[in-house]
Amino acid sequence: MRSDGHAGASRTLKLAALAGMAFLHVPMLFIVLYAFSSEDQTYVFPPPGLTTRWFGVAWERPDVWQAIELSVQVAAVSTALAIALGTLAALALARSRFFGREAVSLLLVLPIALPGIVTGIALRSAYGLGGIPFGFWTIVVGHATFCVVVVYNNAVARLRRTSPSLIEASMDLGADGWQTLRYVLLPQLGTALLAGGMLAFALSFDEVIVTTFTAGQQTTLPIWMLQELVRPRQRPVTNVVAVIIVALTFVPILAAYYLTRADEQGGAGR
Amino acid sequence: MSAALAVAPSAWPLRRLSSFLYGRRGLYLALLLAPPLLWLGVVYCGSLLALLANSFFGMDEFSGMVKREFTLRNFADLAAPANLDVIVRTVTMAAAVTLGCALIGFPIAYFMARYTRGALRAAFYLGVMLPLWSSYLVRVYAWKLLLAKEGVVNWLFAETGMGWLLQAILGLPVVGGPSLSISSLGTFIVFVYIWLPFMILPIQAALERVPQSLIEASADLGARDTATLRKVILPLALPGIVAGSIFTFSLTLGDYIIPGIIGDSSMYIGQVVFLQQGTAGNVPLAAAFTLVPITVMVVYLAVAKRMGAFDAL
Repeated sequence: MRSDGHAGASRTLKLAALAGMAFLHVPMLFIVLYAFSSEDQTYVFPPPGLTTRWFGVAWERPDVWQAIELSVQVAAVSTALAIALGTLAALALARSRFFGREAVSLLLVLPIALPGIVTGIALRSAYGLGGIPFGFWTIVVGHATFCVVVVYNNAVARLRRTSPSLIEASMDLGADGWQTLRYVLLPQLGTALLAGGMLAFALSFDEVIVTTFTAGQQTTLPIWMLQELVRPRQRPVTNVVAVIIVALTFVPILAAYYLTRADEQGGAGR
Repeated sequence: MSAALAVAPSAWPLRRLSSFLYGRRGLYLALLLAPPLLWLGVVYCGSLLALLANSFFGMDEFSGMVKREFTLRNFADLAAPANLDVIVRTVTMAAAVTLGCALIGFPIAYFMARYTRGALRAAFYLGVMLPLWSSYLVRVYAWKLLLAKEGVVNWLFAETGMGWLLQAILGLPVVGGPSLSISSLGTFIVFVYIWLPFMILPIQAALERVPQSLIEASADLGARDTATLRKVILPLALPGIVAGSIFTFSLTLGDYIIPGIIGDSSMYIGQVVFLQQGTAGNVPLAAAFTLVPITVMVVYLAVAKRMGAFDAL
C-alpha cells in the first residue's frame, strides 16, 4: 500500500505548492512592514524602528490626493463604457452562431492578448496621426478598450448558465422581447455585470503601461508610483501609497469573486 | 397589475421595436453588435493600422520630424547588431521566464486541482487571483525592497552564513551584477513572480479535467507515481501549460517597466520602444520595433492553437 496514492498529496508536492504560494505572497508582507519603517533613506532590513507617522505625511500630500482622484475618475468612466459595450457584445454572442462570430470574439480579446505596449503605442500613433491632444479622454479610451473583454467574459459566462427555458417561459407568458430583456435577462445578469465592472475598475485603477503612452501630462496613481520608483523623492510616502493601492484594489476583486462564485471559474479569468 | 399598467405607456415604442425586431434576428444582432464593434473596430483596429502605417514612415534627418513617405528603412534598422541584440535578449528572457513560471506553477496547479476542496481550494484560488488582478507596480516595488543591497534577501543570506554563495552567483557573467536589484537574475526573478498567476490558472483548469479513473487505471496497470505523472498527467496538462505560456511569453515581450526598475542597463524591446517614441521622438522606428513582439506572438499563437491550447483557456 502506498500512502501517497489518491488519498493525499505527497510531501514533496505539498512542500512545492506551499513554497510557490509563499513566493507569491510573502513579498507583499514586506511592503506592509516597510510602510511602518522609521528609516527614510534606504531599504535597510530589519527596519531600525516602527512608526505610523508616514501615514500622516502621506495624508497631507496634495499630489497623492490628486493622483487618486484622477485614477478613480478614469476607472469609473472606463468601467461604465466597458459595461455598456461588454454587455451588448455578450448579449449578441452568448447563444448565437453566425458568420464572423470567431473574428468578433478574437477582436474582443485582442487588446489584452497583445502586449500592453502594443496597445499603448498604437493608440499614441493614432492620436498623433489624428492630431488629438492628450488628456483625460485619451486615457479613458485606452482603458475602456481593454476593460470591455473583462465585462464581456463575466456576462457571457452568466448568460450561458441561464436556462433558455426562462426566456421561453417569459415569452409564453406574453412578454415581448424588450420586457424579457428588462425583467428576465438583465436581473439575471446583474451580479455578473457588477463583478465584471469591479474587475474592470481594478484593472483600470492599476494600469500603467498603456497609460504612460496616452496620458500626456496627467498623473494617475500608477503613474505617480512609477515616477517615484524611477526618481524617489520621499521613500516612506511611496511605501504608504503602495499599501493604499493594495487595499483599494483588493476590495473590488474580492467582491467580484464572491459575486461570481457560482459561475464557472473561467468567468473571472482575464 | 398596476405596475404593469404603469410600465405599459412608456414601453410602447420599445414594444413596437422589439416585436419588429423579433422576426429579424440578423438585424437584432447587428444592432447589439454595432456599438462594441464600432469601438473596437474603429478605435482599436484603426490604431493598430496607424501603428502599421507609422512603421513605414521615415524621419527627416535635419528637422527630426516624422516624414509621411513610404520607406523600409526602419526594418533595415531593426537588423542592426545593437537592435538584434535587444531582440535576442528579450526573446531569451521571455523563454526563460516561461520555463521558470511553468516549473514553479505546475506543483501549485497540480496540488490545487487534485488535493484541495472547499475552503482550502477557495483560499488557493483567491491566492492566485488577487495578485493576477492587482497592484502590478506595487508588486514590482516589493522586489526593489527585497533585492536591494541593504534589503531582505541579502540579510537572509548573510544571517544564514550563505553570503559567499550570493556573492558567487552575482559574480557570474551575464546573469550577475553588483547587487541582485542590478542584475538580469533580478529581472528574471521579478518577471517570474509577476506573471506566475497567469501560468497557474490555465494549468489548473487543464488538470481539473483529467478524470480520476485515468490515474487509477494507470496505477492498476502497474505504473509508479512518477510514470503516471510523466505519461498520463503531463501530456494532458500540456495544453494548459501552453495556454499559460502564451501569457507569460507575450507579457514579458512587451514589458518595459520591470527591466527598467530591477536590472542592469541592458535594454529590452519594450524599453527601446518607449525611449524611441519618447525622448528620441522616432515613432516610426518604435512602431517597427513593436511589430517584432506582434510577429513573434502570431507565430506562437499559431503553434499553440495546433497543440490545443485554446481549449484550455
